[in-house]
Amino acid sequence: MVVPYKPYGQLALLVLCLPPYRIIRGVDIFLQQVANGLTLGSIYALVALGYTLVYGILGLINFAHGEVVMVGALTALAASKFLLAAALPPAVVFVLAFLLAAAVCMALGIVIERIAYRPLRNAPRLAPLITAIGVSIILQQLAMMLWGRSYHAMPQLLPEMAFALGGVQITVIQLVIIGVAGLTMAALLVLVNRTRLGRAMRATAESPSIAALMGVDANRIIVLAFLIGSALAALAGMLVASNYGIAHYNMGFMLGLKAFTAAVLGGIGNLAGAVVGGLLLGVIEALGAGYIGDLTGGVLGSQYQDVFAFFVLIGVLVLRPAGLLGERVAERA
Amino acid sequence: MTALLEARNIGKRFGGVRALQAVSLTIQRGEIYGLIGPNGAGKTTFFNVLTGLYPRDEGEVIFAGSPLPLGEPHRVAQAGIARTFQNIRLFANMSARENVMVGRHARSKVGVAGAVLRSRAQREEEAAISRRADELLAYVGINARAGDLAKNLSYGDQRRLEIARALATEPQLLALDEPAAGMNATETAALRGLIVRLRDDGFTVLLIEHDIKLVMGLCDRIAVLDYGQKIADDVPAAVQRNPKVIEAYLGTTA
Repeated sequence: MVVPYKPYGQLALLVLCLPPYRIIRGVDIFLQQVANGLTLGSIYALVALGYTLVYGILGLINFAHGEVVMVGALTALAASKFLLAAALPPAVVFVLAFLLAAAVCMALGIVIERIAYRPLRNAPRLAPLITAIGVSIILQQLAMMLWGRSYHAMPQLLPEMAFALGGVQITVIQLVIIGVAGLTMAALLVLVNRTRLGRAMRATAESPSIAALMGVDANRIIVLAFLIGSALAALAGMLVASNYGIAHYNMGFMLGLKAFTAAVLGGIGNLAGAVVGGLLLGVIEALGAGYIGDLTGGVLGSQYQDVFAFFVLIGVLVLRPAGLLGERVAERA
Repeated sequence: MTALLEARNIGKRFGGVRALQAVSLTIQRGEIYGLIGPNGAGKTTFFNVLTGLYPRDEGEVIFAGSPLPLGEPHRVAQAGIARTFQNIRLFANMSARENVMVGRHARSKVGVAGAVLRSRAQREEEAAISRRADELLAYVGINARAGDLAKNLSYGDQRRLEIARALATEPQLLALDEPAAGMNATETAALRGLIVRLRDDGFTVLLIEHDIKLVMGLCDRIAVLDYGQKIADDVPAAVQRNPKVIEAYLGTTA
């Protein structure tokens, strides 16, 4: 008799080993990694919402979304420098730079939808996926021509202070990221679940043609999904650039892939899932980067951080393809 | 009586198949108009063209005095035509009330900004939409199930919910695609009562139905389609005696 090999036991052992291990080395390091993970995770969640909004309504994976984040970050960076030179107070610059980045990204979102996806609305699913990758490459190249290959320093707009909360150091920018992301996501959930517009979005997601018969203009709803997703991408781009202090033309690629992983982890098409998946992935990565050295006896270092996201992606696709909050596959007209 | 809807020479092809050929018909305001025919005669295709789901190849429809924007379902809904489906097509994962509230979309005004900012106007409109949805659920007799997900309703209740959702768009013409399909005798009798009440309340009804007894007893006028062409258009008694109709349904006696 062949017993299928299921390494659940070993995996569980590995996970269970972590907490006691920590007690030996100190709880505060563990909590510090969780705090860092939540910061990173908030950004993943904002980007993942953009993937999931569009997927929920169109059934399309918008692989150019990561590049919209990059454009948002670089626009915010350029705007910040310009506005700071005009001697505006940093807090005002922060808000204005975000608004400008959001405007640029929203315009970009509309153009992408119009040029790359709408003409292929009824084409086989593979076609818009290929154009999505094409758009992604085009945007990267354009950004490289415009901003060059070098890394740009993001001006610090927020006070570089840190609070000590029970042995954990949290910076102002981290608090802002977690707070702003949390509020934005709460607002989005209210919009989708409690308003007429959200109802129209959910109806279109279930069946575009029937929603149209109820007077819902499907194209408007689709454009709206791109608009909201792009604004969230601009926010994420600005926050991630502020957090690390840098932005460059290639930053959207890895961020986009990880946010996509987060969306899949939570259950793509499910908004709450994108939030849960994003936060979880952020924490997994931070803990992984923090402990990979200890776990491998120093053979692998924290530069292998990125590996964890893709282990998670493979794990989810193998064990639970529908994701944690698994969205049913909608029947389409 | 005045004409509410006038379809002129509607034609629709699927590849080489001519699903509809020069179909013209006129529906008077306030009547129950039946559309019957053997399976595959083109009844549902006609519905799909009329409600904008399929682009038509020829012809036009004048509705309430102006040309209908065929091919644009949301504008057809706004013009005042609502329909139900032969195979029920509800928003399965939304509650019964929410299904009806989506139907109010065509008649709501507050835009994106209002929804985002939750303005006073938006909140008032939302409350009014919710009230109206409950009234419509009560009208079709399923108000007790308002909070249940559509997919959890019984078959007969799902049919009623589809009608309530269609009514929410404030249609002048209500197009019902085989509403009695799969219903037992009691449910069919209740449906019949509902359709008569709709007519008495001022709606014009276009009815596709296989249940000939229901159609004959209910309709003011009946058109018969066969192979995509209209072969009869008359009062029920005359349609019943029409030799072409008998031939289409029973075949020729050689």
